[in-house]
Amino acid sequence: MQEERLNKRQVKGMLKQVLNLTLIQHTIRTATPLILAALGGLLTEHAGMLNIGMEGMILLGSFFGVLGSYYFGSSLAGVVLAGLVGLVVGLIFAIFVIDLKSDEFIVGIAINIFAGGLTVFLLRSIFGVKGAFSSPDIIPLPRLNFPGISSIPFLNVILNNHSIFVYLSWIFVALIYIYLYKTPYGIWLRASGEYPEALETAGVSPKKMKYIGSIVCGILCGFAGSHLSLGYLTLFTENMSANRGFVALAAIIFGTANPIKTFAAALMFGFFDALGIRLQVVGVPSQFTQMIPYVATIVALFILTKRQLAKKKRDREGAA
Amino acid sequence: MYYMTKKLIQVKNISKQFPGVLANDKVSLDIEKGEIHAIVGENGAGKSTLMNIIYGLYEPTEGEIFFEGEPVEINSPLDAINLGIGMVHQHFMLLPSFTVAENIVLGTEPRKNRIFMDFKEAVSRTEELSKTYGLKVDPYRKVESLSVGIQQRIEILKVLYKGADILILDEPTAVLTPQEAEDLFNVIRKLVKDLGKTIIIITHKLQEVLAISDRVSVMRHGKMIGTLETKDADEQILAEMMVGREVLFEKLHKEKIPKEKVLSVKGIKARDNRDLIALDQVSFSLNAGEILGIAGVEGNGQSELVEVLTGLRKMEEGTFTVKGIEVFNKSPREIRDLGIAHVPEDRLATGLSSEATIWENMLMGIQHTEPYAIKGIHMNKKKIMERSDRLIEEFDIRTPTGDLPAGNLSGGNMQKMVIAREFSFNTPILIIAQPTRGVDVGAIEFIHSQIIEKRNKGAAILLVSADLDEIFRLSDRIITLYEGKITGEFLNGEISKKDIGLYMTGKHMDLAGRGASNE
Repeated sequence: MQEERLNKRQVKGMLKQVLNLTLIQHTIRTATPLILAALGGLLTEHAGMLNIGMEGMILLGSFFGVLGSYYFGSSLAGVVLAGLVGLVVGLIFAIFVIDLKSDEFIVGIAINIFAGGLTVFLLRSIFGVKGAFSSPDIIPLPRLNFPGISSIPFLNVILNNHSIFVYLSWIFVALIYIYLYKTPYGIWLRASGEYPEALETAGVSPKKMKYIGSIVCGILCGFAGSHLSLGYLTLFTENMSANRGFVALAAIIFGTANPIKTFAAALMFGFFDALGIRLQVVGVPSQFTQMIPYVATIVALFILTKRQLAKKKRDREGAA
Repeated sequence: MYYMTKKLIQVKNISKQFPGVLANDKVSLDIEKGEIHAIVGENGAGKSTLMNIIYGLYEPTEGEIFFEGEPVEINSPLDAINLGIGMVHQHFMLLPSFTVAENIVLGTEPRKNRIFMDFKEAVSRTEELSKTYGLKVDPYRKVESLSVGIQQRIEILKVLYKGADILILDEPTAVLTPQEAEDLFNVIRKLVKDLGKTIIIITHKLQEVLAISDRVSVMRHGKMIGTLETKDADEQILAEMMVGREVLFEKLHKEKIPKEKVLSVKGIKARDNRDLIALDQVSFSLNAGEILGIAGVEGNGQSELVEVLTGLRKMEEGTFTVKGIEVFNKSPREIRDLGIAHVPEDRLATGLSSEATIWENMLMGIQHTEPYAIKGIHMNKKKIMERSDRLIEEFDIRTPTGDLPAGNLSGGNMQKMVIAREFSFNTPILIIAQPTRGVDVGAIEFIHSQIIEKRNKGAAILLVSADLDEIFRLSDRIITLYEGKITGEFLNGEISKKDIGLYMTGKHMDLAGRGASNE
């Protein structure tokens, strides 16, 4: 009898430790790179290109964010460098896929492998270290505090003291939504993916729109990477992106490439990530907790691709 | 010089070289202001290439274009649009998931505060345009939910919205019912007479050319054969110019065959790929030595009917009997063994394998039988090649050897290959869908005579075609299909093409009503 009651109390205590405001705070943090990358990726998705190179773009962003911040002594320089590198990689992706008509899947994989190799190589040749580089000279991204809400405990924990990209990513969601659905340019981008010939005969170059989509995707992935390496921790480790590019892709697919739904999907994946970390606190073996976000991704993708396959089959048979 | 003449567009010695094909060979053409100019030619004659050059989609390898006497360079559709040239493509350039208004203003959207799309304005401009030209559309509807006829209307409005004075229409009637085509012609006449537009219309239907155009230019094998006043032309002259030899549109000889029912279809119900009911209580019978034509606007159940009868699609209800043997959801192989051969509507998707060689394609369907497969497994290459070569010869398939990939053949020769294979099985029943789609005039003649020969030898033939002329030319009996239901059955000669169009669009009730009031 008594033992049982004790167990109940223990469980209650553990739950309290897991399901609290910190979980929400962590969700917001871990979701931010996913949101940034997914926003970029949904642009290429709308432009009719499947970009699995996001993973590599994020990794490069992480590295060059640290590099810029360390050498120029400014987190802004880190972000700018990360964004520039993202832009270049986005451009390379576009040249290969749009002009050279390479398979987008292969190009994406190539970017990922290249990013993994390049960052390891540069880590050793520039910083002379293996595995990870950290230094007090790496300037972190500024954190924002809104004094107006610091007196409200609930909002204070959730909304205050985040890295600047957390807030920026929310603004980007709104901007990209407006761009896609409220401006002619957004219509052109979507048209370039749905039926490029229709856009071309209307006098707008679908190629140009696809290039824009790919380049902006690269920049946003670069930002996502710099948030990873300069946001809370100030260090770069090998393979730091840890498959976030693929999770972002899952968020896009799950959110049907709609910025708001994709934002929600990224938050969901961020939540599972945060949940894993919180469960570790109460003693659940880390081998299990680390699985959670990926298991969630696989389940989500399974549901979605099943739906998509059915649609594709319908379309194909409809066309035949 | 030409300053004082009415010549609006002049094309001089345009050539276009594609890898391995000279699509346009020193082509010259004059378009006068305010005329309806038809351009005719067989498939692959270079009509569409020429128009795509005028519209800036292709860059010519050599040659010049003059606009109102001045030399111009048209490097993109935008240049063409700025000159007032608009094109309605054979494959509509519409975004299916966007609304009508969004499609019409695409590329030159009305804006609010310079960067935002003004949806309200787009809708009101669409409505205005729709009123001006008498082409009714609903600006809020998504394009994917609209019929082909309406989609074409949107395409025309789209071009007019861009301020086009010259409209190029590429095979505009290929997808329309006779009524819709008649409507389109009225629109074209109105555009020219009342609004001073100039129309260039590409087609291969000679009757349409004679009905609507002022002048007609004929192309063949990438060359411009000549331009003549339509009033000086007739079908025979144009057909000869198109093909380069005399074409005999002679009446096909049909022998009388004693009636014997070989296929009987009872109450078939089946669903389409979207899980909607595609066939509803379809019943008919087919006799030996008879061609039964299925007429209908595409997408009214014809494809599904063919698929059910060949075992490619499951039926929910009903049954059919082949020479008395009942069939319910049997496999394609079992159905073939019962004696049904099938010429599919889409030769590239289901009729052949374009990467396999011609002889391999010829073998498909009997690859497991003697004498081509010894004991069912070992290929007897000698017999296989003998048969393949014989069929190539018999069906006039133009290829240096049967050992080439089928994908190398032209559309007409691919179709002849599929027909050769299916006809060679000598089955009592043939199901033939769209036998001459995208095939040139010469090959059409040949294929039609082959079909009639089969019929005269006693085969029962079910013919599905979107081409009403074909249905009327070949069929002994005609069934109309509308929204998966049979709406009428006629002996050939009992009904006009115009009236059958009403049955194909479900408007035959009007006809019946009219008939009743006449009595």
